[in-house]
Amino acid sequence: MASEEMEQLVRREYTQGFVTDIESDTMPPGLDENTIAFISKKKGEPEWMLEWRLKAYHQWLKMTSPSWAHLDYPPIDYQAISYYSAPKKDEDRPQSLDEVDPKLLETYEKLGIPLHERAALAGVAVDAVFDSVSVTTTFKDKLAEAGVIFCSISEAIRDYPELIKQYLGTVVPSADNYFAALNSAVFTDGSFVFVPEGVTCPMELSTYFRINAANTGQFERTLIICEKQAQVSYLEGCTAPQRDENQLHAAVVELVALEDAYIKYSTVQNWYPGDEDGKGGIYNFVTKRGDCRGDRSRISWTQVETGSAITWKYPSCVLRGKDSIGEFYSVAVTNGRQQADTGTKMIHIGEGTRSSIISKGISAGRSNQSYRGLVKIGPRAKGARNFTQCDSLLIGDQCGAHTFPYQEIGNSTATVEHEATTSKIGEDQLFYCQSRGISEEDAVSMIVNGFCKDVFQELPMEFAVEAEALLNVTLEGAVG
Amino acid sequence: MLEVKDLHVTVEGKEILKGLSLSVNPGEVHAIMGPNGAGKSTLSAVIAGKDGYEVTSGSITFEGRDVLEMEIEERACAGMLLGFQYPVEIPGVKNIYLLKAALNAQRAARGEDEIPAPEFMKLVREKINFMKMDSSFLQRAVNEGFSGGEKKRNEILQMLLLQPKLAMLDEIDSGLDIDAMKVVADGVNSLRDANRAILMVTHYQRLLDHIVPDVVHVLVDGRIVKTGDKALAHELESRGYEWVLEESAA
Repeated sequence: MASEEMEQLVRREYTQGFVTDIESDTMPPGLDENTIAFISKKKGEPEWMLEWRLKAYHQWLKMTSPSWAHLDYPPIDYQAISYYSAPKKDEDRPQSLDEVDPKLLETYEKLGIPLHERAALAGVAVDAVFDSVSVTTTFKDKLAEAGVIFCSISEAIRDYPELIKQYLGTVVPSADNYFAALNSAVFTDGSFVFVPEGVTCPMELSTYFRINAANTGQFERTLIICEKQAQVSYLEGCTAPQRDENQLHAAVVELVALEDAYIKYSTVQNWYPGDEDGKGGIYNFVTKRGDCRGDRSRISWTQVETGSAITWKYPSCVLRGKDSIGEFYSVAVTNGRQQADTGTKMIHIGEGTRSSIISKGISAGRSNQSYRGLVKIGPRAKGARNFTQCDSLLIGDQCGAHTFPYQEIGNSTATVEHEATTSKIGEDQLFYCQSRGISEEDAVSMIVNGFCKDVFQELPMEFAVEAEALLNVTLEGAVG
Repeated sequence: MLEVKDLHVTVEGKEILKGLSLSVNPGEVHAIMGPNGAGKSTLSAVIAGKDGYEVTSGSITFEGRDVLEMEIEERACAGMLLGFQYPVEIPGVKNIYLLKAALNAQRAARGEDEIPAPEFMKLVREKINFMKMDSSFLQRAVNEGFSGGEKKRNEILQMLLLQPKLAMLDEIDSGLDIDAMKVVADGVNSLRDANRAILMVTHYQRLLDHIVPDVVHVLVDGRIVKTGDKALAHELESRGYEWVLEESAA
């Protein structure tokens, strides 16, 4: 779709007929079977879905929060959290951009966020928010023509129960880990994508949907399925700093790629990291996993992580199909008092499977960052190959970077390579650039962007541009 | 243009420059020679503003401005440019990107607009041909995997592009074979004009056969102990530094 066309759509006046199907009410804090029944009912879910949720809840009750990550945070009181809150009423929201924190607007400006999106992101009660819904509808028509299903997971549960029953929880079982179990019990919304056999999705999914995604709340659930020879590129997140009253976020993303299918999943994530002391930031505990079920299938994760007070996230690939390919490209930036424990898992099961991992960690301020990666090669994965490159860049002398690579090699025909470097942002590099007339801030940004180049070139074009801008904003004032 | 007066500099508590004075006028080419550890590279590093060098007394002025009060990038934008002995590698940053960013930063400091892309490309091509460099250099990461000779050419390429008023060259001849030396010297010589000064730090006289200096200084133990013309360089080449030391001690 041409961008002018899109602009027009977005600017179009709010037409009547938009109704929100959520009454404005919020659950009191606390979690028990009633909470889950309430959520399920609110979503109009069938009985089997409620049972699925309850089963996950009972599994969760028996589990304990993981403590192996290199993270430090007080215990979370799960009974103090509200698991269902309706969107804010219009009258409680800023009525125009004039009422929004000018600093936030300044950031949008620097990030190059289109004007019409700024209002929505800042939570302004304007038509733009609703307009994005009509854009969604237009996109949906085009996708439907191609046979692609793209809707919210709640809709999918109602409209495509067979697909949901067939695939939900098959990549990340509900008892997979503590946060995945919690998510399975209480997830409120997320996206569902189904690309049928032989179809290449005609557009990159979700640039314009990110406005909606911003409102999907703290327990997001995403399921993407590509049938044989199908392809899709999915974009998640937003470079704009997202504020959220919910401190705990625990999302689950499941990808299924059948024979010769290719799923490219790109994330740019910038949750509120908290103030200078780390107060008020988002805790982000995410389980993302792709299953290369079919032969020659390929799943590629690309992520740029700059936000959250705490990030716990390991997008993984299970390489089941023969000659299937898993890829993980990551840039994680931490500043202030942020903590991130992130990495990937590549599980090689099928013959001739290949995986590449390129991870770039940048730590500034008093932040702490760990790369944790597992490469597991099973006994049947003959001739499997992995290449891992893991680089850390430190800015200043109060931050930390750690690398925890795990390798479990179950057969002798596998090739596993691991390269890791840790470097301090070179004072010599900075001096070199500055002595050419380039300011310190621009020099830092230039050096850091250069450091991340291998990953940025994996991002879809428009995301790549935003990601560079985001990096610059995140690292503002990191030096000197 | 450049006035250095009684400059004392310590590095990690050790005094390296012990009262150095130097005056450079527009149009002049100065060579600073001296034995290892005399403080030759310290001088250019201090003028450029490198961290870790503490000026304990003395002054540096450039066109009447107090250099020691200026930020590193301000010094560059004012027209003082240092060509490095060991240019650093910056992975992932294309050479052409650095060149453009530097040129635009300097233009911005002069209140000029960014250079239009076609004009920039034309300019770069002209200079890169002059330096007998392949245009693939522009797309490679800054100094990454460059040979010693390529790095030095790249330094001179930046000089040709940025046109400093004072070009400082720190051991620009080290690690160069004779052909590369010739190209580098041609590059430097092309910069010579009545409004520009060049300050070369070198160990060997052979560079001075290619870039003939107007003034030669001998730097020993943190001070300039002797100043002469190019004949002095020849004398140093044949006699070494010992006699200068004895002469200055006498």
